[in-house]
Amino acid sequence: MKLITAIIKPFKVDDVKEALQALGVKGLTVSDVRGFGRQRGHTEVYRGAEYKIDFVPKVQIELVTDDDDAPRLVDAIIEAARTGKIGDGKVWIVPVDEVYRVRTGERGHDAM
Amino acid sequence: MPELNSGDTAWVLVASALILFMTPGLALFYGGMVRAKNVLAMLMQNFFAMGIVTVIWVIFGYSLAFGDLGNGGLIGNFDFLGLEDLGSEVTGTIPTLAFVVFQLTFAVITPALITGAIADRMRWPAWVGFITLWSILVYLPVAHWVFAGGWLAERGALDFAGGTVVHVNAGAAALALILILGKRKGWPKEPMPPHSLPLTLLGTGILWFGWFGFNAGSALAANGVAAQAFLNTFVAAAAGMLGWLIVERMKSGHATTLGAASGAVAGLVAITPCAGFVGGMSPIVIGGIAGAVCFLAISLKFKFGYDDSLDVVAVHLVGGILGSVLLGLFADASVNELGTNGAFYGGGWELFGEQLIAVGAVLVFSLVVSAVIGLVLKAVLPKGIRASEEEEAAGLDITQHSETGYALERS
Repeated sequence: MKLITAIIKPFKVDDVKEALQALGVKGLTVSDVRGFGRQRGHTEVYRGAEYKIDFVPKVQIELVTDDDDAPRLVDAIIEAARTGKIGDGKVWIVPVDEVYRVRTGERGHDAM
Repeated sequence: MPELNSGDTAWVLVASALILFMTPGLALFYGGMVRAKNVLAMLMQNFFAMGIVTVIWVIFGYSLAFGDLGNGGLIGNFDFLGLEDLGSEVTGTIPTLAFVVFQLTFAVITPALITGAIADRMRWPAWVGFITLWSILVYLPVAHWVFAGGWLAERGALDFAGGTVVHVNAGAAALALILILGKRKGWPKEPMPPHSLPLTLLGTGILWFGWFGFNAGSALAANGVAAQAFLNTFVAAAAGMLGWLIVERMKSGHATTLGAASGAVAGLVAITPCAGFVGGMSPIVIGGIAGAVCFLAISLKFKFGYDDSLDVVAVHLVGGILGSVLLGLFADASVNELGTNGAFYGGGWELFGEQLIAVGAVLVFSLVVSAVIGLVLKAVLPKGIRASEEEEAAGLDITQHSETGYALERS
């Protein structure tokens, strides 16, 4: 099993969700996060004083999937989240040892 | 027995209510500019002024400020303790009690102005101590000097509605107190942006509205001088906004909402001493200069390294000095028979000199006595006057008042 984590532009979250649902994904977790990459931050000016805002708001999507499904889901995320401009985000995959469903105690594929 | 005028009385009573509304307006103006974790502490420091100053005023404050009216001296007396037996008295053409309540609203908002400078870091008990002592030891004497025919008024200095008594006075106190309190942790490197500019703009609207009472009410009558002061107030705020925005756009690239709000307030501050003494185009010049100069004055805090959180020094001290000094040029005796002519209206430089003396006297007195009060409180209060590093990081709302301004995540 794999954990897919994607950091994307906030306004793209619905596009990504719909793309993943179309491929049969039944659940995912979304968080509001802040950070910086090559896009860096932006500048705000209050009464002539400039403040550099280093951390840009992004959305983080996490989902656990079978090994075989991971590459197509990542492709779908990349396609749906891309604008072609700097700051589109990152996606990465890490291996997962085990998954449990809290209500029933099911494990592995059955828990997903 | 002087004759009571019902029109004058009605106007002064309404003006007093307008001015009282400025203090919550100021609370919102400042409250929007601080970070969300300190919004209630800011509102509280302002609202508390309406509580403590009012009680002091009734017990002995009015008497010390306005007792022995016109003695050319330093302080009033204790003739009107508890405002006893004033019910049938008349001051000018209005009941003395209307005058008492009108002047009370000035006494309330003046110390409230200081809160913008000390934002985010003063402990609540320290503020309670400071506003109490400052109102008694600084506001009452200065109000006597200028508004009650004390020594500055006797010399011939003009101050229609409080350029020296309110703005220079509070601005100098703010400067003294921030030098004792020190900088906020992280200032000026860490961003501390306003958490709600809509609140700040709402507060600006309330201030502008209430300022009509402040300035036009200071005619103490419903007459032509009041109408002139009303118009001048309106015009100077407008010109202040434009002056600030023009310089801001040129210097930092954008015309901002905070700039529009700050410029209007700068114009209002500067016209305060002048309101009933100037006419014609003068308020456009005075307001416009104030908007531009107050914007430029903000850079002083970065140059000299004092953390004036919400720019009370740049807007109220600098704006108050500007208005008071410009009055020495623009005063026009044809506007108000109680006024004199400034240098531009054939009155020579005498008034200008008196204005400088009045500004200097109030500035030095307030700076020194405020510093002494601050240092005494720092030494006497068990936890000092400044929030601990941990309290400052967590915010004053939760650490000083056990409350949260926006409980959005707990529902």
